[in-house]
Amino acid sequence: MVKVENLTKTYDKGSIKALKNINLSVEKGELFGLIGPDGAGKTSLFRILTSLLIPDSGTAQIMNYDCVKDYKEIRKITGYMPGKFSLYQDLSVEENLTFFASVFGTSVEENYYLIKDIYTQIEPFKKRLAGKLSGGMKQKLALSCALIHKPEILILDEPTTGVDAVSRKEFWDMLKKLKKEGITILVSTPYMDEASLCDRIALIQNGEILSVNEPQNIINQFNRKLFAIRASNMYQLMQDLKRFENLNTVFLFGQFVHFTSNNREILESDIYSFLELNNHSDIFIQEIEPTIEDCFMEFAKVENSFEKH
Amino acid sequence: MEKVIIVKNLVKKFESFVANDNLTFDVFRGEIFGFLGANGAGKTTAMKILCGLSQPTSGELSVAGFDVYKQQDKIKANIGYMSQKFSLYEDLTVFENIQFYAGIYGLSNKEIDERALKLIEKLGMQAMRKKLVASLPLGWRQKLSFSIAIIHKPQIVFLDEPTGGVDPITRRQFWDLIYEAANDGITIFVTTHYMDEAEYCNRVSIMVDGRIEALDSPLNLKKQFNAENMNDVFIQLARKSKNKE
Repeated sequence: MVKVENLTKTYDKGSIKALKNINLSVEKGELFGLIGPDGAGKTSLFRILTSLLIPDSGTAQIMNYDCVKDYKEIRKITGYMPGKFSLYQDLSVEENLTFFASVFGTSVEENYYLIKDIYTQIEPFKKRLAGKLSGGMKQKLALSCALIHKPEILILDEPTTGVDAVSRKEFWDMLKKLKKEGITILVSTPYMDEASLCDRIALIQNGEILSVNEPQNIINQFNRKLFAIRASNMYQLMQDLKRFENLNTVFLFGQFVHFTSNNREILESDIYSFLELNNHSDIFIQEIEPTIEDCFMEFAKVENSFEKH
Repeated sequence: MEKVIIVKNLVKKFESFVANDNLTFDVFRGEIFGFLGANGAGKTTAMKILCGLSQPTSGELSVAGFDVYKQQDKIKANIGYMSQKFSLYEDLTVFENIQFYAGIYGLSNKEIDERALKLIEKLGMQAMRKKLVASLPLGWRQKLSFSIAIIHKPQIVFLDEPTGGVDPITRRQFWDLIYEAANDGITIFVTTHYMDEAEYCNRVSIMVDGRIEALDSPLNLKKQFNAENMNDVFIQLARKSKNKE
């Protein structure tokens, strides 16, 4: 469905490398997540795929259409929701939707079934100007407008950024329903916990892809013992663990600290005795399965150390 | 414990809309206080009042020992503020930003130089000191922005979604800075959409439709709502709201 080969994009006469020789493919019907922080290159990639930006070198194709040469075809088959709200603020909800339908040579009625679930939630406000909507409603309208021409692929740039946990969950439920309609979905997010909701994910940082796989396979690639640790004084716990012999990483992680060692044979009891020696109380240590966020940090770290060598 | 923020029956109305509906809570000196809520729950409104930028409709409030009706200027001098949306001047260098903010807060030239050097060294930004802030990666910018927000050693620092979009490693380095500041006695008042960060707070309040529906330590909240983590607590509470827009 999507094929990206050796794609490179730079800005400012080559001084900023947004994408460094990226390779990626997305299958038809997949819900594919591009996961990485601000500045990773997510938006550059999406803008090239939607024909809004021209790469320096390499190719990007959707359904065998080239994203540069065949831009007219590309625009017909893609539905794009940019990260920044980009509808007409001084048109009403209804007018925006009708406008996008007519630009694509279709009508709201023709593909209404696709947006029905989403649009009915904002329909009571269809006369309201888009600029006057709340964040959650703007998002639903933007998604409706991106879908109204029944695209083959939906490209969503950080739809859940700055959105609260409840609205985020609702949004992902909507995506799952759209996937059932056979629409391929390519979505980017800075929230690592959303990774498990995708069929496959690519972890991206500094213009490079760290890993592409099913979420569980990425977790299986993590080849160290990971410990969740808690004690009564968390700040002191962090400070002390930073001095642990053979330390690999120690990161705050919710109510725990996540700890890995360069000693792959390390035992819970080794850590326990170290903490007791440092006068910690209420010590809790458990070996756990890593999350995608643990994997991201581990891969990002390896990547960084390569750069330095 | 000493109370550094006291809020009693805070009400803020915009015409007929009640953005803050009778809020009552205290924040203690040196604690990390998480101020959570769904989009539109009224967090920003309350935070603006606490920062001395907006007046309440009614209620009794004191921040850093000053009255929010009569002593807004004193409040502003005794707090720090940073947000994700606006933090530093992009067309000034790292050093100029520090000088500018420290100057605004009335530090002497000698103090400014001392603290600027210390700050740059602590963040490991020596090589970047003459670079324009616009050229810094977001993570660096946010760490710098936080350090500048506390350069005048305020009693309280307000952080409005400070880590949005920041990569996971930098996000944690940022929380290291927060812990360190709290350890130095600065009270931290923080909003976030990352529920793992809610766990880093000493206490957390959760707002729903203008009201505080829960306030306790993360551990007690999880017990109270029989939830595995703060995300579950938040979702249980915020669902109640379901949209009266």
